[in-house]
Amino acid sequence: MLRERIQASNYSFLDKLRSVDYLLILLIIAIGSISIFAIYSTEGGKFSFYTKNHIIRLSVFFSLFLVLSFVRVSTWYKNAYLFYIVGLILLITVLFFGISASGAKRWINLYFINLQPSELMKIAVIICFARYYHRIQSSDIQSYKFIIQPIILLIIPCYLVIQQPDLGTSILIAGSGIAIIWLAGLNIKYFVYSGLLLLVSLPFAISILKPYQKSRILTFFNPDRDPLGAGYQIIQSKIAIGSGGFFGKGFLKGTQSYLEFLPEKHTDFIFTLFSEEFGFIGSIILLLLYILLIYRIINVGLVSRSFFAKLYCFGFATAIFLYVFVNIAMVLGMLPIVGAPLPIMSYGGSSLLSIMLGLSIVMSCKIYNQEQISVY
Amino acid sequence: MLNRGRNIEKGRVITRRMFILAAAKILLFAGISSRLYNLQISDREKYEILSDKNRIREWKTPPQRGIIVDSFNKVLASNDRVFQLHLILDEITDFDVTIFKIKNIIGLDQFQIKKLYKKKERLKPWDTLVVSDNLTWEQFSKINLYLHELEGAKPVLSTSRYYPYANDLVHIVGYVGDASPKDLEKPEIKENFVPGLKVGKYGIENSQEKMLIGNYGIKRYEVNASGKRISQIDYIKERQGKKVNLTIDIEIQKYAQELLNGKAGSICAMDIYTGEVVAMASSPTYDPNKFTHGINQKDWREIRNNPLKPLINKSIAGLYSPGSTFKPLVALAALEYGILDPNKTIRCKGHKHPYELYGVKYHCWKKEGHGYMKLRNAIKQSCDIYFYEMARLLGVDKLSIIAKRYGLGTNVLGDLYNDEKNGLVPDTKWKRRALEQSWYLGETVINGIGQGYIQTTPLQLCLMTAQIANGGYKIKPHIIKNDTINYNDIINKIKLDQSNFPLHERNYLDDINIEYYQRMYHKKSNINFVLDAMFGSTNEQYGTSYRSRYDDPKYQFAGKTGTSQVRRITDLDRELDLDTEQIEYKKRDHALYVAFAPYKDPRYAISVIIEHGGSGSKTAAPLASKLIKRIIDRHKLREQFNNGNTSLA
Repeated sequence: MLRERIQASNYSFLDKLRSVDYLLILLIIAIGSISIFAIYSTEGGKFSFYTKNHIIRLSVFFSLFLVLSFVRVSTWYKNAYLFYIVGLILLITVLFFGISASGAKRWINLYFINLQPSELMKIAVIICFARYYHRIQSSDIQSYKFIIQPIILLIIPCYLVIQQPDLGTSILIAGSGIAIIWLAGLNIKYFVYSGLLLLVSLPFAISILKPYQKSRILTFFNPDRDPLGAGYQIIQSKIAIGSGGFFGKGFLKGTQSYLEFLPEKHTDFIFTLFSEEFGFIGSIILLLLYILLIYRIINVGLVSRSFFAKLYCFGFATAIFLYVFVNIAMVLGMLPIVGAPLPIMSYGGSSLLSIMLGLSIVMSCKIYNQEQISVY
Repeated sequence: MLNRGRNIEKGRVITRRMFILAAAKILLFAGISSRLYNLQISDREKYEILSDKNRIREWKTPPQRGIIVDSFNKVLASNDRVFQLHLILDEITDFDVTIFKIKNIIGLDQFQIKKLYKKKERLKPWDTLVVSDNLTWEQFSKINLYLHELEGAKPVLSTSRYYPYANDLVHIVGYVGDASPKDLEKPEIKENFVPGLKVGKYGIENSQEKMLIGNYGIKRYEVNASGKRISQIDYIKERQGKKVNLTIDIEIQKYAQELLNGKAGSICAMDIYTGEVVAMASSPTYDPNKFTHGINQKDWREIRNNPLKPLINKSIAGLYSPGSTFKPLVALAALEYGILDPNKTIRCKGHKHPYELYGVKYHCWKKEGHGYMKLRNAIKQSCDIYFYEMARLLGVDKLSIIAKRYGLGTNVLGDLYNDEKNGLVPDTKWKRRALEQSWYLGETVINGIGQGYIQTTPLQLCLMTAQIANGGYKIKPHIIKNDTINYNDIINKIKLDQSNFPLHERNYLDDINIEYYQRMYHKKSNINFVLDAMFGSTNEQYGTSYRSRYDDPKYQFAGKTGTSQVRRITDLDRELDLDTEQIEYKKRDHALYVAFAPYKDPRYAISVIIEHGGSGSKTAAPLASKLIKRIIDRHKLREQFNNGNTSLA
């Protein structure tokens, strides 16, 4: 029976439905609903532009997620490199035809949506690496050929994204890529060496940063350096979160955001607004929802048979973790402000699209978890 | 099979590494949670305060200044309606354009515009700039007409200090102006200050700041990040300053000021029992209303450069030799110490045979001499020779004790006026200390006619006269009404004490600290002698102020003239014997007069000083005479009003 199911590439629809991870869907719906309330609050309790757009995007991309969840995992596998190449092409397109906003060139105008290819690249790198390491024998992983290749694969998109400039996304892409290299089993010493190398080259790296990036990093170490300029965001964000207290100021009562002290409140600082209004308890609940989400994704990886699925799920879980961690740590003043959205919560089509896309691949791994993908 | 084993191995590696990663994730999430705990629970209070600081901004609203009234409750300093133009800075997109438009509408000059730019630099972007705090009605209506074109402009109806009796009171009430950094150091101003608030600069306005300033109100607004007011949260209403009630009678004050018109000098009038200062005029004077909104250069120069020095409050800050007005006190001292029998006769032989002491000659003012004089006549006719001899016998130290006792040599009104002078009553100790010289007998001699080192203010002379006139009782002069004391009781007590004498005679001469409303004399007969001599001086032929007398007992007064030399009289002067008009103004004598009225049952004392006015009998006494009539005419009214019948005012 089991044998049959493994070999039978045609699962019955009922089987598929049975394999769906409903808890994962529930978590997505939960975080999505919270995000609607949060975006609604950023508009001062008015049902207008951002809220409407966010709801539309959520429903469209959630539907897309549901549909794409039934795409076979082997299809994702087959198209992994294609995905990566399309991502690269889009990134290069941005370089030449991108739309600029506040000093950065990150978007392509697709008429119905301003697409941010760097967001898609986050997923593309993970799926591409998952496929790459799926085939490689553990004994070969330590060879130079298989070390250099993924590094090149990683450096190209990171370089392109830094050029936009978008340090935050670039770091997140690199982070998820490195996570998969780690998962694949590369010797720890390489990580230690490159970590040391990074530390040594840090002064050099800082010297080539853009002035605004430098000031952000300096500000991170001392927000009071320029309280009305670069330090403003961190200071105001900390005030908002701190003043929220245990129970928060209440829904629609966050004075820091309502009175416009908070910058970028629907995008990067959405957590700040949420935390101000719902307090410590709300923040911890939201954090737990993300932890559960990550746990469920890891769980899919654990029950999957193929390395591709495992690597993808673990990699994607790490990526989600990184997004959440970097964003929250940033608004709490633990990391420099680098511009990283909070998955699902933050307003922004491309980010939401890539997360939903990533989740649909996870779901397809779950539904087709017994599917074997040829190693050769 | 080999492959399979490898695959299992690879799967294990992936899973193991995943768990290591998961552990790291948990750690990092724990880090975030503890950070959240720190911010939201440990430091919550700190951030709550910061959040409130962000969103709540306070605006202080200025209080109205307390009013100042005279003893009949007539308003001497009020708060008048003024038209102002304010600019709300955060509503203005282009400051230059707005100022240009305003300039064209109300007509500002280059200097004023520069000042506005300077002022703006000191303000915060959400503050209000006061463009003008005193617009004319015409300017104000024009602004209202063009208001739609002026971003951020706000025509405001406000109040500002107004002095209805302007020039007549400036030396008493003072004036207000913008607070200087020094003013802001005073605690009463520091605590209650609001930008733009005017503070007292001189006089009652200055010394009674604590009463007058009031308490500011607070308007709390919720503001957004750009400082725009969203809603009012709280409004604590401002409280007007308290009323200050003066003892001045504005009618008398006005008249006194009128009498001094065109002259430099002072007139003081005082209730001899209560010590209430009824009038305290100083001339020339100036308009305090000009200071409220900042005096312009031209007016300021005019006041500063006036040779008669309007800025000096001559009643308390002008120092004069008392001249012959000091003689009654010298006589009193001599009698009290038993130095001299009032029947002692001394011959005044005129300028040819002056009084001589160790080869120095001391002349009487009367060229021909007074002839044989007894004490009463010497006071009445103001014979200098008699007083030279009496002072010599008395000695300066005893004289100084009595002079100080009767109010000379110390400031009269306490700390009400920061420019009030103490004057100087010299004695041997003082000279040794201050000048490091020993005292010469010759100095005692001229001290006897109120010349030499002795320096008094007009108000001190008035107090001296009052304390002799009330029968020798110590009073407490004041200019702010004191409701805690029942003056009728005090008057009755003093009068009773007067009539009971000599039942409890005491040797007061060693008594240093005499309490208020207690007798200061040793023998009542001595006081009476002096009062009688002063009566003679005014109401008998040959008396120095005989020409200014009233025969009607209702107005009849007694006084003493004085002529105070501003320089040493030379033999040449004596030879020339010029009339006052023929002498250069600066070298003319000061004319003085002190008096009390009515003679029977006196109630008021008065002192008059006309700088460089010539002789006291010609210049000062006639003014005193006129004022005394006015004071006595108003006495009944004052009495009734003070006894609670306020409807009369």
